[in-house]
Amino acid sequence: MSDGETTLVRARGLTKTFGGFTAVDGVDFAVTRGECFGFLGPNGAGKSSTMRMVGCVSPVTGGELRLFGLDPATDGPAIRARLGVVPQRDTLDEELTVEENLWIYGRYFGLSRREVRERAGELLDFAQLTERAGDKVEPLSGGMKRRLTIARSLINGPEILLLDEPTTGLDPQARHILWDRLFRLKRSGVTLVLTTHYMDEAEQLCDRLVVMDHGRIVAEGSPQQLIKEYSSREVLELRFDTDEHGEWAPELVGVGERVEVLPDRLLVYADDGDAAASEVHRRGVEPLSSLVRRSTLEDVFLHLTGRSLVD
Amino acid sequence: MAVPTSRPTTAARTDARARPGPRPALSGAERCLAVIDYLLVVYRRTWRGSIIERFLSPVFFLLSMGVGLGALVDRRSGGVGGVPYLEFVVPAIVATQAMWVAMGESTYQVLGYIKWNMAYHAMLATPLGVRDVLVGHLLAVAGHMTVATAIFMAVAALFGGFSSWWALLCLPVAVLTGMAFAVPIFAFTARQEGDSGFNILFRFVMTPLMLFSGTFFPVGQLPVWMQPVAWLTPLWHGVSASRAASSGDVDWPVLLGHVAVLALFIGAGWWLAVRSFAARLVR
Ligand SMILES: Nc1ncnc2c1ncn2[C@@H]1O[C@H](COP(=O)(O)OP(=O)(O)OP(=O)(O)O)[C@@H](O)[C@H]1O
Ligand SMILES: [Mg+2]
Repeated sequence: MSDGETTLVRARGLTKTFGGFTAVDGVDFAVTRGECFGFLGPNGAGKSSTMRMVGCVSPVTGGELRLFGLDPATDGPAIRARLGVVPQRDTLDEELTVEENLWIYGRYFGLSRREVRERAGELLDFAQLTERAGDKVEPLSGGMKRRLTIARSLINGPEILLLDEPTTGLDPQARHILWDRLFRLKRSGVTLVLTTHYMDEAEQLCDRLVVMDHGRIVAEGSPQQLIKEYSSREVLELRFDTDEHGEWAPELVGVGERVEVLPDRLLVYADDGDAAASEVHRRGVEPLSSLVRRSTLEDVFLHLTGRSLVD
Repeated sequence: MAVPTSRPTTAARTDARARPGPRPALSGAERCLAVIDYLLVVYRRTWRGSIIERFLSPVFFLLSMGVGLGALVDRRSGGVGGVPYLEFVVPAIVATQAMWVAMGESTYQVLGYIKWNMAYHAMLATPLGVRDVLVGHLLAVAGHMTVATAIFMAVAALFGGFSSWWALLCLPVAVLTGMAFAVPIFAFTARQEGDSGFNILFRFVMTPLMLFSGTFFPVGQLPVWMQPVAWLTPLWHGVSASRAASSGDVDWPVLLGHVAVLALFIGAGWWLAVRSFAARLVR
């Protein structure tokens, strides 16, 4: 079996520069058929730049990129014919109706008018937009537009679906509907590649992910692996009556494995959060509030970069 | 392994384009038609507004320029070089209005597809490439221009603006003239950030061109130093070609000479447009 059959996307030393600025700085990753692969990173990390190269709309500056074993530089159209793309910013025609947007997009893939209509019906069902089929796109809610973009990206039965921040800007309910749709797609065998700066989204959806920062990959693994490797099992969050939480850090040395200082709180990393809380109390330190929670990817990110994901 | 006994049918080929695995490639015609399909859907929403304009603008032009001014010119000097003023000015206005259609179709809409609704970006995420997008959109503009010119000519004919059936040649000449503007303007638009450049184009290029390219009076009336300037503009060639075509007795070498210059503008415009589009859309 050739590499292109199980490994759908492979990048080695992939680089993107704009003028003198390096947006993606030599990243390596591989996406396997059937998995959901994520890029987690803050604003400007280079997620979109990477996704646009993978989507074969942005030429690679350096390194090597292969999709289905093909090179985007020479086989762009053949690769794009097998991809579904949900860009960070919707590119729907808001003056047209929901179904017209689907028909038109299907034509770009060379589908016949008859076939485009058939598939549009099924996809509107899937996106729960059947009632709005004949309506203009413009007044639809953000969540509906996003679902329409996803429905549109599926018109050619893609083998890989690229989603650039699929749920950014949506309310929690709309996000959950969208996640549910993405789960279904994954179960039906579509390989998902997504970017996000929400750690809950990455934890919910991704089998494997890379953490990106300043154009580089700083860690890679499943959400559980990453948390295990780069954080403790639990975290004790402490808030104090102060403008400078750093002042309290010396008091907490040795309580857990590590202490992180944030503008509005202190994080104590410990495998047993309750034990850590008792120890804080025993030392006579009196925080305004204290909370024990399990570690998340947010903590992984904080540990790796010294910064929060969402600022 | 089974030997295919016949070529796959079109339906089988397009069906396979939505199934996993390598997909049958699109032909050049299929790629352009897909882009044209989008523009047809867009036109379907907007044609009512533009069709009224297409009928009214020639009527206004003909009433004021041809009939009003024409009566004066004809009474004073017996027409232009012996040709009644209406017959002198109508073929020129046909070419000139194609220029205005080009302006209308190659500025805001093109910038919108680049910046606002990002229709080009949507296309480029599919098997379509920059050239497909450009050819498809330009062909749609040419189609639009053909319809607009045909309407204009039909109205002008009712007013007695043509004296010979050879005037039908004004239609392709006008479309060529319009495209000699549309293609370079596509290139120009792809380099714009906002619409201020369009105002400059409108005020300092198109309007002077309309006034000084021999549309309303022969270029020979201009100061001598201005005449060579007129020769460098596509509109003068379009207007001259249109007159050469409509005058019952077609002067073929003159007509073909002007047509060749128009083709040159289209060719150079294409070279620039491909570069501007690629620079703007593929980063
Ligand atoms: N076309 C471009 N020209 C110049 N610089 C660019 C271009 N596109 C992106 N950049 C820069 O490259 C860097 C990475 O941008 P990119 O959009 O890939 O980040 P991102 O991780 O997707 O961020 P976000 O979460 O904001 O979407 C940013 O500093 C951005 O300003
Ligand atoms: Mg981005």
